[in-house]
Order: sequence, then structure tokens, then C-alpha cells
Amino acid sequence: MYIIVVGAGKVGWNLARELLEKNHEVTVIESNRRRYLTVEQELEHNVTYGDASELWVLERAGIQRADMVIAVTGDDEDNMLICQVAKEKYEVKQIIARVNNPRNRPHFDLLGVKPSVSATDLILRLLEHEVPEYGLVHLLDLQEEQLEIIEMLLGKDSRVTGRRVGDLSMPEGSLLISVLREGKGFVPNADTVLEVGDEVLAVLDPGREDDLKELFGPASGGNGTG
Amino acid sequence: MLSEGHEVSCLDEDPESHTRLEVGLDKGWEDLGGRFTVGTGLETDALVAAGIETADAFIAATNGDNTNIVIAQIAQRRYEVPTVIARILDPLRAEWYRQQGLNTICPTRVAIDMLESAVREGAPREVV
Repeated sequence: MYIIVVGAGKVGWNLARELLEKNHEVTVIESNRRRYLTVEQELEHNVTYGDASELWVLERAGIQRADMVIAVTGDDEDNMLICQVAKEKYEVKQIIARVNNPRNRPHFDLLGVKPSVSATDLILRLLEHEVPEYGLVHLLDLQEEQLEIIEMLLGKDSRVTGRRVGDLSMPEGSLLISVLREGKGFVPNADTVLEVGDEVLAVLDPGREDDLKELFGPASGGNGTG
Repeated sequence: MLSEGHEVSCLDEDPESHTRLEVGLDKGWEDLGGRFTVGTGLETDALVAAGIETADAFIAATNGDNTNIVIAQIAQRRYEVPTVIARILDPLRAEWYRQQGLNTICPTRVAIDMLESAVREGAPREVV
């Protein structure tokens, strides 16, 4: 694949290294002269100097034949617009944009720049995963496809422990797909009885988390930590 | 436009810009009916505070092309402001975004045209 990476900061440089190791053809575009000269010592002809906001710089880097454009500069507006022109003007099939300030994410969506990756959001997800008090963890969010996969840890005070899966009235638009028990996962059937400490995975339509929390959560409400 | 009786609201990240607005006016900006909000155009809260939801026209004229292009599209798509204009210095991008349905003004293009005609008019006429 021919991949253009915009921004030769820590993210862009390391990304380029990995992609080159995987035998992709890569061009990195860097607008800071000093940074460019540093990176050029290692990446040589795989890095080019210029402001990728300017169309001629993108064209010089061969955007017309690029299979993918990844914009990872420290500037959200740059990342947004570079990906927008890559997709709409040059019809690049795959774009990926880095979000520096999570508050800008709606702007990326508005301009049709998807997928976008935010380090802050990723750390938050990880935090949710590592801190079980949150109760419900987002594993996967497929915005386009309108699907989510979440994970819930069943605590002592969960309403569903000791009950058969077949007896649960799962909210419409949700499905229990897997149970993790003592480190092993299996697909539950109607006769599976849920136990304390089970981690259950469910797939659901967006916006159904609260219904599931209600069903699987502690009987008393309150702040049970499981 | 304020002096023509329009309601004008300015958004700028620098509070000092307010002083500049009042240069040459005999009354204060607010006394004349103007509005001024401090904030950046990427913050939707600032845009709303400046009154974007009820605006008939929106002009993005910061000193950054990228900012202007992004904010203008936010005004157009999210707030559906009827008239949106973006200042874009880069002639190539100004042209492309114009083709995409954005009303763009390219000061570089305007300056080139003016300079060009000044040169032509100033050149000694050919005597037949």
C-alpha cells in the first residue's frame, strides 16, 4: 500500500517506521524544517518537507495514487482539513485523523473525517477497563454501523446473579454474547446461570447502556462496588 | 455594517481587539448596538454565546485559513446559517472550497488581479 503520513512528531515518525517495516510505501510530510532534517537522517527519501495544508504539497507527495492518508499533526484543524481534501478531492479510500483535543471530535464527524483517533479517549477507555467501579466498559463503538459492545462485571449485589439467562428480560436491541468466568469465555445459552464475578459481554444498539445497567446492576442502586 | 443598522456580533480570542473596534467611533461599540464575545471559533460555546444560532450571515475572517475553513463549515452544516463566507488566502484551496459550495473570498486573488491591472494600466500605451 502507498501511505502518506502527515506530521513527523513522535506519533508520525514511529508510525512511519512500523509501516516501512511492514513493507508499505510511505511518505511522511513535515512542515517544520528542523524536525524534517532530523527525521530525514533516518527516513531519507521517505520524508518530504512542506505544509500539507497546501494542495500542491500533497500532490507533490503523490496523493493521487495514495491508498491511505494518516494525519497526526499536533493541530486538529490541519488534521481535519488534510483528511477532508484527501477524501473528497483526491478520493483517497482510507483516511485516519488524530484528535488532539477531544472537544474537537464533533467537528471531525461534522466534516466527514472518520475514523478519528484520540489518545485522551483511549486512555479514558483504558481507565474504565482498569477501574471496575465503573461497572460497564465500552469495548467497541462502531458509530457508522450503530453498534456497541460492552462488558459488565457482575458484583455481589447484581440483580442477575443466580438467575438463568433465559429468564432475563433483555432490553430490546441488546444481546448477551459471551460470559467470561475464571479466565475462560463461553457463549451462554438459556440454561446458563450467571454467577458473581462473571464478566458478561453484550452487543447493543447505541443508547441502551442505561437499560442494561438497570437490569444487571445492583438491586439496591446506590454505590455498590461489586 | 453596524452603521447601516445591522446587528453585528464580533468573536475574537483577544479581549484587546475590542479597543480596535472602537477606533474612529464617537460612541462605544456596545452603545452603538454592537456585540463582542471573547473566545475561539472552534469552541461551540463561544459561537453560541456570540449568537450564531440566530445569525443571518456568518463571516470567518481570522488570520488562519484552516481555522476559517473549519469554522465556516461548522456554521454552514451544524448551525445552518443562510449566508456563510470564509476568508482563504490560499488561492488553490479557496477555489476548491468554492466548488464545494462554500462562499470564499481570496484576498490573494483579489490583490493579484488589482496588481495585474495596475501594471497593465500603468504601462506606456503603444502609439499607433
